[in-house]
Parts: sequence; structure tokens; C-alpha cells
Amino acid sequence: MIVANKKPIEEIIDMVKGYRKLLILGCNECVTVCEAGGKKEVAVLASALRMYFMNEGTKIEIDEVTLERQCDHEYLEEIRNSMDQYDAVVSLACGVGVQFMAEKYFGSPIYPGVNTCFMGVTEERGVWSERCQGCGQCILDRTAGICPISRCAKRLLNGPCGGSTKGKCEISKDLDCAWQIIIDRLKELDRLDDYEEIAPIKDWSTERAGGPRKVVREDVRQ
Amino acid sequence: MRLQYPSNINIIKLPCTGKIDLIHLLRSFEKGADGVYVVGCLEGACQFTSGNIRARKRVEQAQEILEKIGVGGERVQMFNLSSSEAPHFVQVAVEMTEKIRDMGPNPIKTAMQKAA
Repeated sequence: MIVANKKPIEEIIDMVKGYRKLLILGCNECVTVCEAGGKKEVAVLASALRMYFMNEGTKIEIDEVTLERQCDHEYLEEIRNSMDQYDAVVSLACGVGVQFMAEKYFGSPIYPGVNTCFMGVTEERGVWSERCQGCGQCILDRTAGICPISRCAKRLLNGPCGGSTKGKCEISKDLDCAWQIIIDRLKELDRLDDYEEIAPIKDWSTERAGGPRKVVREDVRQ
Repeated sequence: MRLQYPSNINIIKLPCTGKIDLIHLLRSFEKGADGVYVVGCLEGACQFTSGNIRARKRVEQAQEILEKIGVGGERVQMFNLSSSEAPHFVQVAVEMTEKIRDMGPNPIKTAMQKAA
């Protein structure tokens, strides 16, 4: 899932100062799971903003809506008939949702209510960590299902660097060395010979370095 | 024991403090409560293992938000005591009432009255 973190309330207050009718728009997908932008967080933000502006003596109306997703046309269309009444929208979706809202409702100010962080997993409630950088050329078949692009600080493709100590990365004692895990897992799978194979130079043009990306699939396109 | 505690306190019963969500605490202030305190079981004695620990975290989140929006984080507190500690319950009720009385009314309530 896409992992996001809540923006500080003061940052959001600064964004929406001056507006009189606001929509706080949540998303039922990834940001709900990582407890940053779901229905509950929408309610909390709306309540906090209402109290802040009431305390300031500013009259403001705040509505709360949570859509199934903000990255698909059909769900964003659900609010089309009510969009005219809002001066601005704070979207608690990931950056994808905020942008799609901005594209779709071109004349409405859309503000981000979360900081989008990475694609990752829930290690435990309250702890999320990165697993994929969407490099566009998956090599997990050669690395025992552990990604050195997202989990190695140097994105090394042929084993650990000299900074790997006792299974930990040199950038933090709390961070596992991705290559240590890869080797451990190759051993477990009795595939350690794979480690001896030199990985070819990676084509980074499919990664973000090649500019904004797009997937077009004619087989499913309408 | 039939102990007396301040009559201004409105008790909301829950099966476990773990049921409390952040929004419940915030809405209380939005609706004009001057202070809210959560009374949970002693830490380590939760029948559901961590309900009171979760409640404490939510109280802390509410404190942070209330402080930032100018309502005052001190207006929401968490206390832990067992059901057999009636004198402690009264002590907490008195302590909290005095603290909130010192802080004055919820500024949201005052602002709402002005706006009306």
C-alpha cells in the first residue's frame, strides 16, 4: 500500500485560513489502513479545524466525506454535484489522490492533508516500512523476494557493501542490511548459487530517473 | 462508603477505556465540555490486555491537538485506578474539577455563545 503520515494541524490551518466553506475528503484505501487519511482521521481533522476557527472567531463550515478511492474517476465523480459549494478541499488521500482531484476539479483549490511517504507494509500497528520503489523492472526473482532497490540504502545489486555489520546497515543500527536478508533467504531456499551470478547493469530508464511514467495496456484499454 | 464527588461531573460508562477514540474526546470539547478525563483500570490489569494503554495514547493525541488549537491540552487527562479505589476516584474527581475550574471555561463554549 501507499504509506502516508498526517500533516501537522498547524500546517493545515495555514493552508485553509481565509476559506469559509471547506470539504475534508478522506480515502478508504491505503491511507485508511495506515491511519492517516481515512474516515476517522477526516472526523478528527474536521473537529480540530472547527474548534480552531471557532476559537479564532472565524465562521467556517466544514463538511466531511470519505470516498472509496481518490485515484479513480468514478469515485471522484461522486462529489461533482456538491463541489461548487466549497471554497477549498483538503484531501487526506495520498499525493496521487490529491493530484487527481486537482486535475478533475481544475477550478477548485485542493490542499494535501497528509505527507505521502512510500509503498510499504504494516510491520505492526503504527509501524510501516518501505518495500517497493516502483523501479519498473522487478528483480525479486533473483534476490529471494527481498528488494535491494528499496531496502538497501545504496541500491546495490551484487551483494552488501563494507558498511554491513552484524546484519545491520551502516546508516542505522535499527535497519537490517537488505543483502544480509537476501543471502539468509537464499541459503534457506538452498539457492545460494544464485548469489554468485553477477546482476547485469540495471536499466534505470524505467525508474523515476527516466521522467514521469505511464503504463498503457492496449489489451484492456477501451 | 457513599462517598461524594463533585456534581458537575457527568459519567459516561464504557465497557473498556479502549473503546474511546480520539474523535470522542475532541467532540466533547466541540460540544462545550470544559474538561474530560478518562478513568481506566490500572496499567497491566486490563481485562482486554491493552485497552487502557490505547486510551492513554488517545488522550495524549487529544492533548496535543487541543494544545495546538488553543483549547488547552491540560483539559483532557487520563487516570488509572481499580474499581475498589473509591476514595481515589473521589480524589481524582476533585483534583480534575479544581484544575479545570482554575483553567476557566472551554474557550470554544465561550466563542459559541458569542457567535450565537
